Amino acid sequence: MTDVEDPGDGHPVPGSQVEPVGAHGTPDIPESRLPVHHPRRTDIDPRAARRVERQVSLLFVIGILTPIAFWLEYVYIPRDKVINVPVIGPTSASNFFLGLTMGIGLFCVGAGAIHWAKKLMPDVEEVADRHPFRGTDEDRATAVQLFEEGTENSGFLRYKMIRRTLIGALAATPLFALPLLKDLGPMPGNFLRYTLWKKGERIVTDVSYQPLRAVDIPIGGLVSCVPASLPAEQDASGNQNEAAKSPVILVRMRPAEIKKQQGANWDYEGILCYSKICTHVGCPTALYEQKTHQLLCPCHQSTFDLSDAGRVIFGPAARAMPQLPITVDSEGYLVAQSDFHQPVGPSFWERG
Amino acid sequence: MSADTEPAGPIIEIGGKVADAADQRLGISKYLKNNINKLFPDHWSFMLGEIALYSFIVLLLTGTYLALFFKPSMTEVIYHGSYVPLNGVRMSEAYASTLDISFDVRGGLLMRQVHHWSALLFVAAISVHLFRVFFTGAFRKPRELNWLIGVGLLTLAILEGFAGYSLPDDLLSGTGLRIAQGIIQSIPVVGTYASFLVFGGPFPGTSFIPRLYIVHVLLVPGILLALITAHLMMIWYQKHTQYPGPGRTEKNVVGYRLFPIYTAKAGGFFFIVFGVTVILGAIASINPVWMFGPYTPTEVTAGSQPDWYIGWLDGALRVMPNVEFSAWGHTLSINVLFPALIMPGILFTLLGLYPFIEQWVTGDRREHNLLDRPRNVPTRTGLGAMAITFYVLLWIGGGNDIIATHFSLSINEITWALRVTLIVLPPIVFVITRRFCLALQRRDRDKLLHGYETGTIVRLPSGEFIELHAPVSEEERAKLLAGVRYQPIALDTTPDENGVAPKVTLLDRARARMSAFYFGEQVAKPTAEELDHGAHHSAELAAGYARQLEAYENGHPNGSGSDGHPNGSHDGAADGHAGESAEEGRVIEASPRPTQH
Repeated sequence: MTDVEDPGDGHPVPGSQVEPVGAHGTPDIPESRLPVHHPRRTDIDPRAARRVERQVSLLFVIGILTPIAFWLEYVYIPRDKVINVPVIGPTSASNFFLGLTMGIGLFCVGAGAIHWAKKLMPDVEEVADRHPFRGTDEDRATAVQLFEEGTENSGFLRYKMIRRTLIGALAATPLFALPLLKDLGPMPGNFLRYTLWKKGERIVTDVSYQPLRAVDIPIGGLVSCVPASLPAEQDASGNQNEAAKSPVILVRMRPAEIKKQQGANWDYEGILCYSKICTHVGCPTALYEQKTHQLLCPCHQSTFDLSDAGRVIFGPAARAMPQLPITVDSEGYLVAQSDFHQPVGPSFWERG
Repeated sequence: MSADTEPAGPIIEIGGKVADAADQRLGISKYLKNNINKLFPDHWSFMLGEIALYSFIVLLLTGTYLALFFKPSMTEVIYHGSYVPLNGVRMSEAYASTLDISFDVRGGLLMRQVHHWSALLFVAAISVHLFRVFFTGAFRKPRELNWLIGVGLLTLAILEGFAGYSLPDDLLSGTGLRIAQGIIQSIPVVGTYASFLVFGGPFPGTSFIPRLYIVHVLLVPGILLALITAHLMMIWYQKHTQYPGPGRTEKNVVGYRLFPIYTAKAGGFFFIVFGVTVILGAIASINPVWMFGPYTPTEVTAGSQPDWYIGWLDGALRVMPNVEFSAWGHTLSINVLFPALIMPGILFTLLGLYPFIEQWVTGDRREHNLLDRPRNVPTRTGLGAMAITFYVLLWIGGGNDIIATHFSLSINEITWALRVTLIVLPPIVFVITRRFCLALQRRDRDKLLHGYETGTIVRLPSGEFIELHAPVSEEERAKLLAGVRYQPIALDTTPDENGVAPKVTLLDRARARMSAFYFGEQVAKPTAEELDHGAHHSAELAAGYARQLEAYENGHPNGSGSDGHPNGSHDGAADGHAGESAEEGRVIEASPRPTQH
């Protein structure tokens, strides 16, 4: 099977399985001519041309005036003024007028130029030849000869040792970059395996950091929580790294409704504590349906059944939501029994 | 031209001096002489790439302005700016400075919104431009390299957009970054390390926004600029493709001059694109980050949606079944890895390789400067429609929660419906599109042979009704006759002079089979002879009717019957079709036939 190379002259290649490429792909049909040009109104009627001249100029005048309006608006419209524009609703007056003025000004300049081109500049299509890209055989021969001369002069082929060491050196150069990139970040270590949760760590509400007693959580309720030590840790570290792992949710259901837990007595009087970080790609899950005990991740809709050990019942997440064993401390506040018994959040290679 | 046109004296004089000075030092006259009258063909679809180019320029302009005010830092500050609802809230400097740009810098919000709208338009224009190039076969030799650059530009544009909307460090963009981090972490063996290196430690850390910033404002735009330059230089050097039409051949280019026509048209179009995006920035709020609040890993907004061009990837993540393997202490998250990395990797590779695949299947390595009409290449058009269907379904998947809440549907049912349709629908669309193309080819053939239907119904004296057909115009004819009809590549099994059959490799067989699939069915183009015959036949019929009518008006109702021309119902119908019924929709057989070499 041979492919069809460009014959260069529009004629079929012997043995070609493809028709030759002509204007019509069919050589026996004569080529068509350019269509007859019909003059535009502006070509024959000087008054029409004058009218277009005025129209184009008007558009350009708008282009001159709008920047001036823009300046005035910039100075005189207060930054914080809100106006109610029909359809759009309440919007920043400054943004609305500045944008409209600038947009209309730019648009008119463009419209003027195109109107000018379409009505007053020649609209007769012209024909130019295309030229072959391929060099002539002579060009090619000269190029090859010059290259061979250069190669010969360099001794690249003769001095084997130079050639090999050069290739080696060039291949080795990128190795400089590797150690330099190493300090982009620390090694993962055990960071993904542990969280701030530990035995006796109080469960406090997110944002307001209030400790909770069992009575604070009604049946059917859901509370977003974090470990009590998180705010202090965050102040000390200046980052939100622990906040990306440790958020939990507390839900309460009737003990009879709990079908299964990840460990015996990990609940406290029907209060269950699950990680809030989705086991798919790590979004915080937040949508809870109290009747079915389903927790839905808003990012990719993975759905977990919190009454059944956090099992995945729908969506792309593959693993159950990790459960945190809880109890109460001597003052009656909800606390963790321990850290999570497995890494929280999305999967990773070393997770096991 | 206007009567009061007068020579613009000083401008010409100064311009002349500058040109003279430049020519003496740089020899610009030689360059101008060769290029100022360069011709470009005209078609609305050639403006799609222009929109992409102009949005890029708008992005550079507005982006530079934003960079003057934006602080790419994750250092936490307490906000005390003009936006009262967030007063006293702890947030990153990046988010705080984005609020400042939106509320305290006059015109800052406008520039932010124009920047965001242009970014959406940039990727959209590139995508539609890609469709145009694909469906018209503009990627064929000699333009394969420019296709590859285009695919690179699309990929970088998507990355650049994602990087851009992730910078403000608001709750929505932070959620997007969390997902990106989860994806990186899913890579086997190196994923965890890669994530720690990229984020400078655990997610979210404090290094990522500054790092992303330099990627967004220097690295990627730099590469984009270089690739766009190469893209344009190649278009310039290779000359633009053109649609088939009267006087247009593979060897010429028909169009208008660069100067002044395209200087005015393209320059004006830049202003129009700029103007429209600024108007959008004025009237249509986009990415109101102040409503989302600062990023914190403990919170999320319901109905989180990425920008439109990330939607299909998000959709892929959503509809993927939850396959994950765990063995020997290692976890392999196919549920993340496949939709987010493997599937897009395969798709973009196929996209980049398509010109080479098609070239191999067709065996056509000739230069093509005339564009295909999509109907004339049914398999390619079908494949394109199939790919778009797949993409759109994934994109719908990305909005499955919005669809569920707006139309009160079950999200589980939508997701399952998508899982099924993603596999079933694209092939169906392929088959239907191919049939459509063939039907359109048949219609073209019909028009060429029998003319177009004028819509004029005439009642003949014999009582029958006929519709008059008229030959298509010369322009239409040139368009309809364009395009190449291929024969499938056949296996060469002809024995040589010694009676030994040539070796047929597995690859040869695969190629022959693919070629047969590619060109399995097409409607033959009329030959010159058929065209002549068709024209002659139509003329004869018309003359026959004219005689009948004339005879009728002269009071001899059956006057034309004697010359043996149409007065029977069968021949009357032939004006439309029956006369050529033998060739009607003639289909070239798919079966590979041995051919001589």
